[in-house]
Amino acid sequence: MTARERVAGNVAGYVDDRTGAAKWMKKNLTKVFPDHWSFLLGEICLYSFVILLLSGTFLTFWFDPSMKEVVYDGSYEPLKGLKMSAAYASTLDISFEVRGGLLMRQIHHWAALIFMVGIVVHLMRVYFTGAFRKPREFNWIIGVGLLTLGIVEGFLGYSLPDDLLSGTGIRIAEAIIQAIPVVGSYLAFFAFGGAFPGEAFIPRIYTVHILLLPGIFLALITVHLMLVWYQKHTQFPGPGRTEKNVVGYPLMPVYMAKAGGFFFIVFGVTAFLGAVASINPIWLYGPYTPAQVSAGSQPDWYMGWLDGLVRMAPPIETHALGYTISWNILIPGLIVPGIMFTGLALYPFIESWATGDKREHHLLDRPRNTPNRTAIGVMALTFTLVSLLNGGNDIIATTFHLTINQMMWFSRIAIIVLPPIAFVVTKRLCLSLQRADRDLVLHGRETGRLVRMPSGEFIEVHEPISAEKAWVLTSHEQLAPLELPEHDGAGVRRPGALKNKIRNRISRAAAVAVPKATETERRELEGHH
Amino acid sequence: MTNEIELIKDPGLPAHVHRRADTDPKAAALAERQVAILFALSALGTLILIYSYIFIKDDVFVFIPVLGNTNVHQLGLGLGMAISLFCIGAGLIHWAKTLMPDEEVIAQRHEFRSEDEDREEFVKTVKAGASAAGLGRRPLIKRTLGAALGLTALPPILLLRDLGPLPGNDLSKTSWKKGTRLVTDPGDRPIRPEDLEVGAVAQTLPELAPGKERHLDDIAKDAVLLIRLRPEEFNLNAERLSWTHEGIIAFSKICSHMGCAVALYEQQTKHLLCPCHQSTFDVTRAAKVIFGPAARPLPQLNITVDEEGYLVAGAPFSEPVGPSFWERSS
Repeated sequence: MTARERVAGNVAGYVDDRTGAAKWMKKNLTKVFPDHWSFLLGEICLYSFVILLLSGTFLTFWFDPSMKEVVYDGSYEPLKGLKMSAAYASTLDISFEVRGGLLMRQIHHWAALIFMVGIVVHLMRVYFTGAFRKPREFNWIIGVGLLTLGIVEGFLGYSLPDDLLSGTGIRIAEAIIQAIPVVGSYLAFFAFGGAFPGEAFIPRIYTVHILLLPGIFLALITVHLMLVWYQKHTQFPGPGRTEKNVVGYPLMPVYMAKAGGFFFIVFGVTAFLGAVASINPIWLYGPYTPAQVSAGSQPDWYMGWLDGLVRMAPPIETHALGYTISWNILIPGLIVPGIMFTGLALYPFIESWATGDKREHHLLDRPRNTPNRTAIGVMALTFTLVSLLNGGNDIIATTFHLTINQMMWFSRIAIIVLPPIAFVVTKRLCLSLQRADRDLVLHGRETGRLVRMPSGEFIEVHEPISAEKAWVLTSHEQLAPLELPEHDGAGVRRPGALKNKIRNRISRAAAVAVPKATETERRELEGHH
Repeated sequence: MTNEIELIKDPGLPAHVHRRADTDPKAAALAERQVAILFALSALGTLILIYSYIFIKDDVFVFIPVLGNTNVHQLGLGLGMAISLFCIGAGLIHWAKTLMPDEEVIAQRHEFRSEDEDREEFVKTVKAGASAAGLGRRPLIKRTLGAALGLTALPPILLLRDLGPLPGNDLSKTSWKKGTRLVTDPGDRPIRPEDLEVGAVAQTLPELAPGKERHLDDIAKDAVLLIRLRPEEFNLNAERLSWTHEGIIAFSKICSHMGCAVALYEQQTKHLLCPCHQSTFDVTRAAKVIFGPAARPLPQLNITVDEEGYLVAGAPFSEPVGPSFWERSS
């Protein structure tokens, strides 16, 4: 035994005597993780969160979250002598006085954008592959919670510098609070410590941004990961992969090295972006004053869809009995997002209710094999994308020489018309892809080689696909639709008939599929050739 | 057995294919060198960062295609950091992919559901625990405890009461009074009608009483936009026309939709546009909404001139300015 081994053994022994960790570690160090590029999406979120904690802590050392008025006396000439809040002045100081401060600000902002992109794409991966199904519904809900909090956290973060752009964002947030019926003005006055903008808001959201929400994030992410660990990761269908096993690489050393390495890659790429790609150059916007605004005011992308919805809302307000309800703010600002996030959170339960599938699932679906789910997902994405586009309608209009009016009317119509079209088209596409899969299994791959038969007929030579590929294309199960009783034997409507009718309807729609190829069919076809 | 459908079978995990580095010591040695080079590059990145931090002044610029004029100090810090981090990651992953074992391992899953016996035991334990505490037998304790716990939810809400004052009628009033002079923002100079040419726009605020300071809270409600047209261009009713002065019309600059500054004036069409959500107001028709999500016109301020010939408010705003709120009556 070398000296080094003896020291390591002593340390391990010391810890194990007090914790009994060896038994647990022994088992878990060889834990198997399936490998697929799309499983890295969640890792990107985790790593950008760590980057956010590190760069954010750096920024707190110099940032002064105060709305007290100061006169700027830093090295950025164009703003010298201007009155501004201490928050804005200290952000300028971080950018121009503190060495590496600008880099850290830009890394922090880029990491926030990557964090949100990561969450959304990770969510799409989980949704379209059906990874949210039993037993993983809790983790889905935690994920939706992280997405929602991420949007709030990001908004609060870019509001802190108190520049003209972010102040305008806060003004809009205040208007949304103020529009809440009955208690709106009270909530707004409590949040802002009086009339807008007051001097209380930035210090308050600072506490929320750097303490409260990161704490909640940390707790939720921990539970999220513990559940992934305990429930074991899902895997894509493939040869040798079943509902009962996990095929992949052991945690130590391969997965550790890859995941650890990937953290440094994500950090490195974020640092690169922070180094070369300017983001949120607050010194160009100037300090916030309610009487000014810059043209082309744009929120960060994850708020853009919300802003787009607000922009396209019809100008409706109700004035009755001396009170006002602003539908033009409530519908796009609170009601529609509320419905969207509630629907998102409840989706796993809705699907299992409608299909009657209460079994555990560890093998992922290929999106084409669940046309209904895939089509619903694309429909929701289309809705969000139209809103997002409208959030940048002014930029798009000036870039492509359109008028704002054209953009706005396009969005107002498209937000209603395009999602259903997207649903139908996606479903058709999925079925076509299923048909293509079936063809591939039964008739093999097109080789592009043309052969002239002795009879003069030209045929293209097809090559059979590998057994592995054939298995991947046919291993999914095709569920029959539910047939819940709507009538009793005498043809009389049963209690709960409506519920059963809805479930039958949805499950019939979900069960539409091109029958997958079977060995029997393959053999029959061989007989013909 | 002819009508029994046979499905395509799982061929099982394919045989493992070895990588070059597994079989060829030369390839393994090459991979090892590549990993080491990546780690060395990372160290170089750290050195670039340290050098830039200490030795490069922050006023040195260099032109780089695509990036434009770039601050060398910033670029050195950022690129150094990026190289040092990225290369560690690239090295680790290259190491894992070429030299660490890449044979796939199979582990078994187990159903999460506990055995039926365990479930029954659990229910029994909970019931036993509950009955030992006597919750079912002592309704008085149960109810008072419930009430007490429910009441503890009140103090946190109560204690947050002092977050802010009650709104009162604060949202409905501004600093404008009859006779308040309009002064330029910035500059705080009073304005005569002849200072504004036809087609001109000016941003104004109410004149401050001597010794008073202006707060952002005031600006958020008081900001007013002056626009001068030819009087015949107006399309106003008699009352609103009387609120103008020699073709000068005054509106609240705070958008009636969500409170942004309505800052874009299109001279040709005489439209005011809010850059936040593109609500568009027609100046000739008392800022009527002609496009976008705003539901109300911008409030118009009654203006006239005082005896010295300066523009003043003829009356306070006749309605609350800014975004809507519940207590607003119109």
